[in-house]
Amino acid sequence: MSAIPQTSLVERLAARFGDMLAVTVARNEVTAELAAADLIAVATALRDEADFRFSTLIDVCGIDYLSYGQTEWDTDTAQGDSFSRGVEGQTVGRFTWAERPRNVEQPRRFAAVIHLLSLDNNQRIRLRVFCDDDAFPVVPSVTAIWPGADWFEREAFDLFGIIFEGHPDLRRILTDYGFVGHPFRKDFPLIGNVEVRYDAEQKRVVYEPVSIEPRVLVPRTIRNDADLDQAKAEAADRWREN
Amino acid sequence: MQEIRNYTMNFGPQHPAAHGVLRLVLEMDGETVVRADPHVGLLHRGTEKLAESKPFNQSIGYMDRLDYVSMMCNEHAYVRAIEGLMGIEAPIRAQYIRTMFDEITRILNHLMWVGSNALDLGAMAVMLYAFREREELMDVYEAVSGARMHATYYRPGGVYRDLPDQMSKYRESPWHKGADLKRLNAWREGSMLDYLTEFTADFPKRIDEYESLLTNNRIWKQRTVGIGVISPEKAKAWGMTGAMLRGSGIEWDLRKKQPYAAYADMDFDIPLGVNGDCYDRYLVRVEEMRQSNRIIQQCVAWLKANPGPVMVQNYKVAPPSREEMKTDMEALIHHFKLFTEGYGVPAGEIYSAVEAPKGEFGCYLVSDGANKPFRVHLRAPGFAHLSSMDAVVRGHMLADVVAMIGTYDLVFGEVDR
Repeated sequence: MSAIPQTSLVERLAARFGDMLAVTVARNEVTAELAAADLIAVATALRDEADFRFSTLIDVCGIDYLSYGQTEWDTDTAQGDSFSRGVEGQTVGRFTWAERPRNVEQPRRFAAVIHLLSLDNNQRIRLRVFCDDDAFPVVPSVTAIWPGADWFEREAFDLFGIIFEGHPDLRRILTDYGFVGHPFRKDFPLIGNVEVRYDAEQKRVVYEPVSIEPRVLVPRTIRNDADLDQAKAEAADRWREN
Repeated sequence: MQEIRNYTMNFGPQHPAAHGVLRLVLEMDGETVVRADPHVGLLHRGTEKLAESKPFNQSIGYMDRLDYVSMMCNEHAYVRAIEGLMGIEAPIRAQYIRTMFDEITRILNHLMWVGSNALDLGAMAVMLYAFREREELMDVYEAVSGARMHATYYRPGGVYRDLPDQMSKYRESPWHKGADLKRLNAWREGSMLDYLTEFTADFPKRIDEYESLLTNNRIWKQRTVGIGVISPEKAKAWGMTGAMLRGSGIEWDLRKKQPYAAYADMDFDIPLGVNGDCYDRYLVRVEEMRQSNRIIQQCVAWLKANPGPVMVQNYKVAPPSREEMKTDMEALIHHFKLFTEGYGVPAGEIYSAVEAPKGEFGCYLVSDGANKPFRVHLRAPGFAHLSSMDAVVRGHMLADVVAMIGTYDLVFGEVDR
């Protein structure tokens, strides 16, 4: 991992933007969370001001935080005579469209994550903007600041349905012409909704509801495993000797 | 007076110069491009979503299939993201093996690029020469992983296994016999590292051969010099990385600027272009092959001298040896848990990038502590590059669009993901 000092960047961010950004540092990476309303002003400053010079936009992607931290296997407590079997639950790959999870109680579901790179200062920063409205997620577009954001925002729109306000040409990009839905949302089934085949009688390609059963081989599990932490710490200490 | 209207043309998705499945809708004014609208996604497989439904290790193979001509570099980004979140690091020998294979991959990619790009622009022979060496390097892939392309060789915590002591040989067959067989096996008597020693000693001469076919070739220069000029400011603004950025004269290479694996110990140079046109990017890539060759030589020398483990000794992440499983109950349990459930990765997020042959290949990984990733996003260099297509080819001739597609070094496995 690159050992670039990040403290100065954090200090500069705090001095320049104050409470506008909620800055955290983890694993040598700086993450700044900000409100959608502030994004354009902050992004412009990050690109232009001599302290930052984030001239390159590396990446924009969407995230759907629905079902974050949900598991299918209760590993902490035994129920009655045994642990749960890990065959129920509604994470990716487990449900069809009709039984998709609908009881959304996350504070805010969608976020757009922007990765910036400064070639001059050799620094990176991550901006995260949560969308206020889950039903109609909107984030301002940064295409006017970095033209390279164009396709990345189209991709996030296509896959997550996040609307980038001010984008010049917000069309679908990766999915098929005429595709319905936003496939990377956590309540979109992994198997999809329709399948395609050639119909010999009609002599054309037809769309039909999916016929395969959703299934998952390995249940999603979170373990609070002290052994693992210790083993990892030991391995981290030892790796140079290896 | 007759009205003259612009003409809309479909380029691809089935076109030999489209490098896969690019559909380009071109608005033409005679031979001149007025507007280019690339339609991508015909190869979209939802890799990122598929990865969410599988334990971490089971997605390594998907990474090979993104940019399917620079396989191990993609694995490297993904594996490093997992290692970063878990706070483990691969043993030093594994770091050198990864460095060596990243560079082998770079040569593989650039050979493919120089061959197919020359083919697009009408030079048939380069392809035949480039694929000769590609075959030799794919044998190295096969020797180490069993697969010529989709290796799945890197693992969190190291690499799958150590380098083989014996390079695989050709057996006598109706197609390979006599003097031909002897020539094919000449380098293969010793270990894989011996084979690479022979290869790297010979390879600069082979690069000279490609260069004598192209570098001063009048037609090649007519097709590439001054075509697709990208200024340094534009290159930065469009998020370009790799040879696209260096061709415009910006010295930026993650291997130097943010070194990972064993690159900090390597001695190599970063070639730069001056004009930012297709010809400069060609020169940059050819020189990169020479530099990769140097790095491989340094890695081979180090690996010959320094044996050691290639995987962390941590059974929560890496499987125990077969031998141990026969005698040790703990090892058997670890093996079972690792292959049925996988390992949990601490909650958090990380962005790890490598200097892939095409540019910065990044993996943004979000984990909520489970044995499967919560979100994987792969930042493909080709995706960022292709998005500038419209702005670059406006005003160029139709034939220059082909040169531009070539110089972007597009592979649709990574653009569409």
